[in-house]
Amino acid sequence: MALKRKIAYINLTTGEITKEAIPVKMRELYLGGRGIDAYLAYNYINPRGDPLGPGNVALISAGLLGGTLASASARTHVGGKSPLTGFFGSCNMGGFFAPEMRFAGFDHLVIKGRAKKPVYLWIHNGEIEIRDAKNVWGKTIPEAQQAIRDELGDREIKVLTIGPAGEKLVRFANVMTSLKNAGGRTGMGAVLGSKNLKAVAARGTMDIGIAHPQEALDYDKAVITQITSSKVGKVMQTLGTLFIWGATNSTGLVRVRNFQLNQLTDCEDIEAESLEKEMIGTAGCFGCQVHCRGRYFIKDGPYAGTYAEGPEYTSQGAFGGEVDCRDKQTVLLGNHLCNSYGIDILEQGSMVAWAMELYEAGILTNKDTDGLELRFGNTEAVIEMIHRVGRREGLGDILAEGPLRAAAKIGKDSIKYLLHVKGMSPLQSDERTTPALALGLATASRGADHLRSRPAIDLYHLPEPVLRKIYSNPIIYDGPMSSDYRDYVGKPWEVTWQEFCYAVVDSLGICKYHTLFLSPNFPNFDEWSRLIYYNTGLQLSPLDLWRIGERISNMERLFNVREGLTRNHDWLPDQFFDQPAPIGLAHIRGLCLDREKFNKMIDEYYQHHGWDENGVPTPETLKRLGIDKEPSHML
Amino acid sequence: MAKVLMIDYEKCTGCRLCELVCSVKHEGVSNPARSRLKIVKWEWEGRYVPMSCQQCESAPCMAVCPVKAISQNEEMGRVEIDYDVCIGCRMCVAICPFGAMGFDTLARKVIKCDFCDGDPQCVRFCETKAIQYVDASVVSIEKQRAAAEKFSGIMRKVAAAIAAV
Repeated sequence: MALKRKIAYINLTTGEITKEAIPVKMRELYLGGRGIDAYLAYNYINPRGDPLGPGNVALISAGLLGGTLASASARTHVGGKSPLTGFFGSCNMGGFFAPEMRFAGFDHLVIKGRAKKPVYLWIHNGEIEIRDAKNVWGKTIPEAQQAIRDELGDREIKVLTIGPAGEKLVRFANVMTSLKNAGGRTGMGAVLGSKNLKAVAARGTMDIGIAHPQEALDYDKAVITQITSSKVGKVMQTLGTLFIWGATNSTGLVRVRNFQLNQLTDCEDIEAESLEKEMIGTAGCFGCQVHCRGRYFIKDGPYAGTYAEGPEYTSQGAFGGEVDCRDKQTVLLGNHLCNSYGIDILEQGSMVAWAMELYEAGILTNKDTDGLELRFGNTEAVIEMIHRVGRREGLGDILAEGPLRAAAKIGKDSIKYLLHVKGMSPLQSDERTTPALALGLATASRGADHLRSRPAIDLYHLPEPVLRKIYSNPIIYDGPMSSDYRDYVGKPWEVTWQEFCYAVVDSLGICKYHTLFLSPNFPNFDEWSRLIYYNTGLQLSPLDLWRIGERISNMERLFNVREGLTRNHDWLPDQFFDQPAPIGLAHIRGLCLDREKFNKMIDEYYQHHGWDENGVPTPETLKRLGIDKEPSHML
Repeated sequence: MAKVLMIDYEKCTGCRLCELVCSVKHEGVSNPARSRLKIVKWEWEGRYVPMSCQQCESAPCMAVCPVKAISQNEEMGRVEIDYDVCIGCRMCVAICPFGAMGFDTLARKVIKCDFCDGDPQCVRFCETKAIQYVDASVVSIEKQRAAAEKFSGIMRKVAAAIAAV
């Protein structure tokens, strides 16, 4: 039964491992995955500790629906305190690891302490061992996975691993599985690295019971058809996220040159149709029929013949738009190298673009870059900086510290050019003309983030009645709405709704491409309620799920407030308010955010959440959600 | 005429939903270890090959079975196991050249594809149609057309090049 999966507490300092059942009550309150991880983080991580110290806890989990018939529920969540932001660390990846961990009997891992020398965890059919990682430490992402399979003698083992970047505590190092499935944001790779934990290997052949098998099969088929028969679904099946970059670039919603521009022109080489020509096919995560991952071989240069997966919007952004390069080979190679070192592509792209602006402004010189011409458009520099960050060499060592610490090290006026929220960089999209998306960035619990609460469908200019219908389920919203994405009206509710929605999605282990993130007709609360019932037998109505999303959101907020979060952190850099969009389509050109209106949106966002004017959950809100007595140590 | 599973591995995305639905259909649980078909992967090369029972005309499993528990069902076009007769010696597992006869360690019995009695779930769920349930005569027709297209395309290119000289 999905509900019979266990939680394991692993102390790397003492070697002690205990395994416990997960009470059904926890499922009814937090579901699983990110939800339960938020609870565990608040209950187990002492505040104001060093995220790279042994006191931090690494949380690795599968969603409640992982490995079941729920369209695409293969996702793994990794949580803890972030070494990049100092707030709730949280990242998510697809692939095959989480289902395998469930087949091996476990849903949640709570990893404390620090091993004396490099180790990896080996999980197999109810058993967990701590093993010496001497044959694995130092290896790249794919090499490490193969080394563990070779050592344990089983090709079917799935591995979650850090790369050389995580070992070197690059503060935006990621955690990965397979070739490109990455838990990229908030530097969780460095947390594992700081614990001397190279990887977690899993292999399982235990049953996950399905509560109502025939209904689950039939309903899963219906949900899949709902997604794949749509126009958006079909585009995702061939072009993945690549088409999103081109579509938003054509309007002028893409970041170029660290915010100097909002559109890249004459860039057909790096757009979806051009990149598609390099693809030899697509790959899918466990159980997914959208199979949005591209597959390709690198054709020329020193890495010719290398097989890789991807690229994604972020690769086009990080190695194309952001750095003003128009060369598809740079996008393809940059994607592969970051996936090899285990570096968050998004942060890498932003950090290097910032460094380029500093170089062009004279704040960084050839002395700082060891002779490297760190200019926008220099594709060689883009690739070279990946190596330097991954190896922590020269300027790479400084950038590896993440936005705020790097700015402190470089000094001068460097921080004025920095784009960050809570110490983390935003996606290579440009939100100065889209208040709803900007509000999401400012308030996301893990820092500047586009996956916590982005109402992406706001960009579709849906008619107001349609918007209202979507955003009034399961709770009626009777405030004003606007179908114009340049407007501020009604957006705080959209962001709030999406925030609770994605909290549920991340706790079920479902991929956002199978949800309202991409299309108003895609699954949301109604569908998940049925998927949960058919697969697990749990009866959670759409409203129950909404409340769970709200609870998870508040749990993450409690964690952040305890770590020192204030209203000041829910804000955006000055550039968003002071630099009007220089180019792009007529209806957004010349626009940027208005401080007063944005401030009012923050007020309204807090009201919808039941938080006070400082963004702290009120006692009434906590009581209503049953989390007024946290930490409660139910787990 | 009996149908067969037509597998085009180049269409496979390696998602393994087929393994999941197979185990749910037959055992009511999600457990790829109990699936009757498997996706064999060369992960670092991007090659994914679905392997299933070929429902052989002269099935080695049938020939080797000491108690004649395996027989051919001509109507369904499938090779079947009579579990009332099967002694679980697993000689069929050893002899199958495709590794298609599996042993379910939880149910303690040999397992193989049975086309879900005529509505194969793997086929139902595979969006890319890497696995299809078609008349046996159809399989070669598709391959003939694909090869003919390539062949005639090359012929035309060569003819054009010669004409241009």
